[in-house]
Amino acid sequence: MIKRLLGCLFLLALALPASAAFDVGQLMTDLARNKGGKAKFTEKKYISLLDKPVVSSGEMSYTAPDRLEKRTLQPKVETLLLDKDILSIEREKQKLSINLANQPEALAFVDSIRGTLSGNRAALEKNYALHLSGNADKWVLTLLPSDQKISALVLRITVSGSRGLVRSIEYLQADGDRSVLNMEPVETK
Amino acid sequence: MSAAARAFLIWLLAMLAGAAVVWNSHFSADMSFFLPARPSAAQQVLVDQLKEGVVTRLLMVAIEGGDAVQRATVSRQLHGRLEKLPEFVAVENGQAGSLDADRDFLFRHRYLLSPAVKPERFTVAGLRESIANSIDLLASPAGMLIKPLLPRDPTGEMIELLSGLGAGAQPNVSEGVWASRDGERAMLLIQSAALGSDTDAQEQAIATIRRQFAESASEAGVSDARIVISGPGVFAVKSRETIKSEVSKLSAISTLAIIAVLLFVYRSARLLTLGLLPVVSGALAGIVAVSLAYGTVFGITVGFGSALIGEAVDYSIYYFVQSGRLGAAEWRARFWPTIRLGVLTSVGGFSALLFSGFPGLAQLGLYSLSGVLTAALVTRFILPALAGNDHPVRDLSHLAPPLKQGIRIMQSLRWPVILLTIAALTVLVIDRHQLWHPNLSALSTVSAEDSATDMALRADIGAPDSRYMAVITAADREAALQAAERAGRQLDALVAKGIIGGYDSPARFLPSQAMQDSRRASLPAGDELAARLKLAQADSPLAANKLGAFLDEVAKARAQGNITRETLTGTSLALVVDSLLMQRPDSWSVLLPLRPPAGVEGVDIDIEPVRATLAGSGALFIDMKFEFDRLYNDYLDEATLLSLAGFAAIVALLAVTLRSARRLGAVLLPLLLAVILVIAGVHLAGEQLHLMHLIGMLLIVAVGSNYALFFDRAGKEHRLDPPTLASMAIANLTTAIGFGTLALSNVPVLHAVGITVGPGAVLALLLAACFSEHQRD
Repeated sequence: MIKRLLGCLFLLALALPASAAFDVGQLMTDLARNKGGKAKFTEKKYISLLDKPVVSSGEMSYTAPDRLEKRTLQPKVETLLLDKDILSIEREKQKLSINLANQPEALAFVDSIRGTLSGNRAALEKNYALHLSGNADKWVLTLLPSDQKISALVLRITVSGSRGLVRSIEYLQADGDRSVLNMEPVETK
Repeated sequence: MSAAARAFLIWLLAMLAGAAVVWNSHFSADMSFFLPARPSAAQQVLVDQLKEGVVTRLLMVAIEGGDAVQRATVSRQLHGRLEKLPEFVAVENGQAGSLDADRDFLFRHRYLLSPAVKPERFTVAGLRESIANSIDLLASPAGMLIKPLLPRDPTGEMIELLSGLGAGAQPNVSEGVWASRDGERAMLLIQSAALGSDTDAQEQAIATIRRQFAESASEAGVSDARIVISGPGVFAVKSRETIKSEVSKLSAISTLAIIAVLLFVYRSARLLTLGLLPVVSGALAGIVAVSLAYGTVFGITVGFGSALIGEAVDYSIYYFVQSGRLGAAEWRARFWPTIRLGVLTSVGGFSALLFSGFPGLAQLGLYSLSGVLTAALVTRFILPALAGNDHPVRDLSHLAPPLKQGIRIMQSLRWPVILLTIAALTVLVIDRHQLWHPNLSALSTVSAEDSATDMALRADIGAPDSRYMAVITAADREAALQAAERAGRQLDALVAKGIIGGYDSPARFLPSQAMQDSRRASLPAGDELAARLKLAQADSPLAANKLGAFLDEVAKARAQGNITRETLTGTSLALVVDSLLMQRPDSWSVLLPLRPPAGVEGVDIDIEPVRATLAGSGALFIDMKFEFDRLYNDYLDEATLLSLAGFAAIVALLAVTLRSARRLGAVLLPLLLAVILVIAGVHLAGEQLHLMHLIGMLLIVAVGSNYALFFDRAGKEHRLDPPTLASMAIANLTTAIGFGTLALSNVPVLHAVGITVGPGAVLALLLAACFSEHQRD
């Protein structure tokens, strides 16, 4: 009897996520609706070597589907621009431009954020297994790398947000260090 | 011994001696044909770069066919095979691991190499700042890269080193190896051990690459793989092939055609053989003279020989046809003075070229001069003795009536010819700004197709072109490196202002010993550094006690010896240093190639500020493209001057001999008209003129004067006898064949001479007839 009850509960547990209206497909649709905008960000990197996390902050702007600008103001001014597959970094007088098409690992990394922002499920599933929890107002999407080359760098990427907005991205690196990027949308217009 | 036997013996001995010289001559088909004989300091850099510069040793390879994975496999295979061969000092295909040796070297010696290593950097404040900077960098997206290095290199010397390199555009990567922009080809960049000027070794290196590629492709099982190779070495080899095949082909064509003409005229194998005697002697004498005077004979010079055959054969034609009924003595008295004058005008024209600073041109001058002179002397002194008076030439008098009819027609065309020339001159004056080809590439043997392939591969792989460089000369290596460091500081200021994008320097990987000593002296002793580090990191998130590895590394650097050239062996940096720091017979020179400002492609460097900044540093700033263009313009100016001088010499010679302004005018007028008409014709045919067309103009005057002189002599005697007329027509035909075949050549130098002188010689004869005095029959 108890066994059967447990069995039922187990089946129920399995059936619950499916019966809830919210799934990866729904999330992607919500995200894809977001055509862009600006956000303030704060990024904390927890590095075992350092006693305190390294904190940086600045502004980000996103234009669907493939233009992302991250402008760090603290501690040092630095601009990172991702336009299609060209990643440019400008720091003080240095300017660096990388074509990500040449760097599959970096591209996979970039796709984790770009795919999430644009709701591109195919791009995400190319390199990651997706796990979604929560509901449409407060969801958490976990990306687990399916390729060994990527999992040698990053163990898990956790993206959380509400509706079509991404609120935070957490990277857990293979060496145990992690970074958390929090975003606060800025109302434009 | 009879006179004939003695003459023959002398000729034979001279020929054998000549053959011995030719046997030991060095023949070459390399770029030095175009390089200045007496270069300026800036041109010397150009010459050195073309002879042994690294850029001339680069071979760019593209692998086509198959799919991306297959191409990458073949690329790795080929890389692995070539890397082991001593013919190649560097083989790069972008695969991971190939740069490990370089990175290890840089990291191991970072304290002697980093420009940031100064005493201030290791004070408490200096350490605090540089380490804080490294921590800031961790916040950056690039932070992932430096995190593993941080405990050993908290002051960030490796970052300082790498950021100075500012590698230019990197090729695309597909399946882990370099690929073209469209991804359809795998790319490799190969540097040969042999100098770019060593065409034999370049040819072997290219053959080796092809062979190893074929084996790589079959091992990888890619049946439709193809290889495309480009680079200066390929051009050198192809040019030589072209010149070789053209020279043998054109000589064969003109020789056969001329022999056919002579057989028609002489109908005797004996006369034909005798008739070729002056030509063969002349060609041999030309090579001997050039070989003795210059040590090296250019292939193009020999190619010019086919034209000379056409002119030198004239003399024996004159002799056999004209002396038919007269006998040798009478011929000498009546005709030799005119022929001698013709020979002298040719010699006068050619000898002007001897003074050229363009070695190719000087050789052509010497070759033609000695060839024509020898042919004439053999005709005058050897031929009569060998032929005796027994040389019944077929009666050619039946040729005379149609020829005379032709002359009458030409004479009736005087006004139309003058009008035509005025029209031609008008075209030339109106189009005078579009007449000339603007640069030296006009003379290059490289085909447009090969040039396009090269451009495409170069763009795909981002190969350096080294257009701009600063050059320093010093007494020894240490002084040269110190000077490079001083100039480098000035160039850093230009980089900061954004005037240049960056520069390369051998001192970056091999600092002067003085610089290394001073950097090492900046490193504090172990205890001292530990104490300062503790103070510096008191409030930092990176505690001093986590930086034990840093203390060890600095202690190791203090104990380590200086970097020498030998330390670099086994890295690709050795190559960089060797290519930028060169030992000369009595000095050392340093090259600092400058890059245009980054980001904007195809933008030239603003030259003035660079010159101003480097002024007084002892570094010479050179824009290679500018130097090339200037070199060509120098050649062109010089060739103009020499042509005018040659023309003046011819005019003076004729003036002294003819002693009559009217006769001088009559001889020169048809020649000048021929030059104008030919040049206008070449221009209207769509060819841009270059300096060899200019030389061609001089040759029209030098060669054409022969015909004008015969008409002048005939004018004096008031009659033109049939044998003379026939000999002129036949001689003109052989000259036209000789120069005309050059017009078929793909070698621009030869083609230009052929296309001008071939038609020019014919026109000179026709116009000389046109303006000759009316004859009595």
